[in-house]
Amino acid sequence: MEFFIISTLNGLSYGLLLFMLSSGLTLIFSMMGVLNFAHASFYMLGAYVGYTVSQVVGFWPALLIAPLVVGAMGAAFERVCLRKVHKFGHVPELLVTFGLSYVIFELVQLVWGRLAVQFQPPDALRGPAFTLINHSVSGLNLLWGAAPVELCSSADAAVRVVCSPFPATRGFMMLVALVMLMSVWLLLTRTRIGLVIQAALTHPEMVEALGHNVPRVFMLVFGAGTALAGLAGVIGGSTFLTEPSMAATLGSIIFVVVVVGGMGSLSGAFLASLLIGLIQTFAIAFDVSLGSLATQLGLTLGAAAAGNTLFKMTLSQVAPILPYLFLVLILIFRPRGLLGKREG
Amino acid sequence: MKFVLHSVAALVVAVCAGSAIAQKGETVKMVRIDALTGLLGPTGINQQKTYQFLADKFSGAGNPAGVKFEMSFIDNKLSPTESLTALKASIDGGVRYIIQGNGSSVALALSDAVTKHNERNPGKEVIYLNDSAVDPDLTNSKCSYWHFRFDADTSMKMEAMSSFMAEQKDIKKVYILGQNYSHGVQVARYTKETLARRRPDIQIVGEDLHPLAQVRDFAPYIAKIKASGADTLVTGNWSSDLSLLVKAANEGGYTGKIFTYYTAATGTPTALGTNGAGRVFQIAGGHYNMGGQMEKWMKEFKAKYNDDLISVQFAHLFTTVGAAMAKAKSTDPVKVAAALSGIDVKSFNGEIQMRKSDHQLQQPLYMTVWQKADAKFPYSPENTGMTLALVKEYPNYVSSTPTSCQMKRP
Repeated sequence: MEFFIISTLNGLSYGLLLFMLSSGLTLIFSMMGVLNFAHASFYMLGAYVGYTVSQVVGFWPALLIAPLVVGAMGAAFERVCLRKVHKFGHVPELLVTFGLSYVIFELVQLVWGRLAVQFQPPDALRGPAFTLINHSVSGLNLLWGAAPVELCSSADAAVRVVCSPFPATRGFMMLVALVMLMSVWLLLTRTRIGLVIQAALTHPEMVEALGHNVPRVFMLVFGAGTALAGLAGVIGGSTFLTEPSMAATLGSIIFVVVVVGGMGSLSGAFLASLLIGLIQTFAIAFDVSLGSLATQLGLTLGAAAAGNTLFKMTLSQVAPILPYLFLVLILIFRPRGLLGKREG
Repeated sequence: MKFVLHSVAALVVAVCAGSAIAQKGETVKMVRIDALTGLLGPTGINQQKTYQFLADKFSGAGNPAGVKFEMSFIDNKLSPTESLTALKASIDGGVRYIIQGNGSSVALALSDAVTKHNERNPGKEVIYLNDSAVDPDLTNSKCSYWHFRFDADTSMKMEAMSSFMAEQKDIKKVYILGQNYSHGVQVARYTKETLARRRPDIQIVGEDLHPLAQVRDFAPYIAKIKASGADTLVTGNWSSDLSLLVKAANEGGYTGKIFTYYTAATGTPTALGTNGAGRVFQIAGGHYNMGGQMEKWMKEFKAKYNDDLISVQFAHLFTTVGAAMAKAKSTDPVKVAAALSGIDVKSFNGEIQMRKSDHQLQQPLYMTVWQKADAKFPYSPENTGMTLALVKEYPNYVSSTPTSCQMKRP
């Protein structure tokens, strides 16, 4: 039971990190129609800027400053670069963000080096948020913080006690993602600026005629989207690892998230992130293979088939490619994504 | 007349001496092709420093041949394809001694490429010195005359590790986790084989392979290992794949034993911290508190680079190659390879031998455990206050394993 709970929480926290990233991407896409290939690079920038700032002023101010810095960089990029190519259509926009991802990758390596930097979470987040104690006699217990050693061991050999701590960094990651989801949603639906943004998306000329500066709205949206990526970077970088290939590894996954969720759909991105986080975590837990499945169905495999690498491959081994498989299946059977609207 | 006689005698002496030390003062160019970037980069960088440090120590008077070792480094990004390009570039640059270690996948490709190159280019032979890749195939089914391995291979390490585990009566359920390439697969295979032989009562409760240098979050694996009820984890993981694994194990509350190959590797001591005392083990060809020359070098290395000298087998490499050059009285790879094959030398920790039949260095192995540094085991890596303390030493004959190598000699 505690395995199921911990795995679910692991999956959810990873999924929520994906959501923090993909929300910015999907926000930019739905508002501006720009598929930002450099989005994961802004995530990486957030981690590195957060690392540098936290060296000077500590982690908590860095959590605020780094997203602002990254957001400002994003806004500047939109102002001087993206806006210029906007009039040439979607392909040049795509290519310019694609090029930017390479530039950021090389710049990060020049500035911070090619190896991982030691970006540690603050002391308050080290150690467990809570501990699940599974006692074979008294059942499952939840204890906030770390559990004392004597609770996790028993003098009686017949009694089995398993303590499963859940790291505070992951709890914090979940908290930030949920707060972010709420505030983005409130901003878009309940505020004046949100209304202007939504209107500028569908009727830019009308909004302009009403006296709003539409290019500036786009710049703000792009800046806000990259700032969200920067925030995810500070949290992801300190929880996992801050190194130059972090953009490449997450970059491909977040595209899966936005396509599966439905291009431009914030709620779709939320659903898809959680799904992919859970799929990846739980796939590791299962040792099912095609061979074992066949045996369970009552089929007897010949020696050649039993020794076949494909038949022997377990689900846990293919876990890393499952999101991409999922992507292909979605594109075949539901091209508009889980919650996407069909383009008119 | 007397003068003439004297000068002739002097000349004869000089000529004899000259022929005896024809290679003296020559510079031996060596290239190490290994990963210096990416997730596994820290290990490569640490080893690069180790090579620069040791090449300096072993050059000139440091080796019986009196040659100077000149090291250079090429980053292969852990890719066999890039390694072959680097090999070609090195050979074109006149290098005859190629070194590589991290990644048996790369090692298998290099060994094959070097063998083919030597067949096709007589007179331009290259020697491949493998310092760390431990897939047993390299000295068994895929052995090559031009490949020399200086680390103990997985069959040897598992031989020693399993005989230690056999004595630990509290080990009952073992989980094997490895990287999904030749090395991880071989570790799993030999763990099962040797444990079945020595302790058939030990149950293998799970086995997993994960992608090499891709996983950033090992929490799901730790949850699975805990759910399996394993009291012991065996892993051949190295560099970040090990440090992130032990980090997740600490965070996830895994309290069983961990048997590793590379606890000492860069980053892992920091990730372990004071956790894991008394339950993280390492089997290797060396350890932190070896005494003698190696201990002095480790201290000097620490003072110079503020880093730890971990890969002590590199010293075996220089010792053996230096002795072979003195024996061959040349730095010509063909002659040196012939001399290297089957050579016996005295290294920093006793007699070692480059076995003639498969070119696997026969050496002592050490079982160590992670614990607080004390007066007996004072060396503390990465300023953790902890150390790897020696629990058992395995002499050459214990760790030695048979080979199926059918070597084609030129």
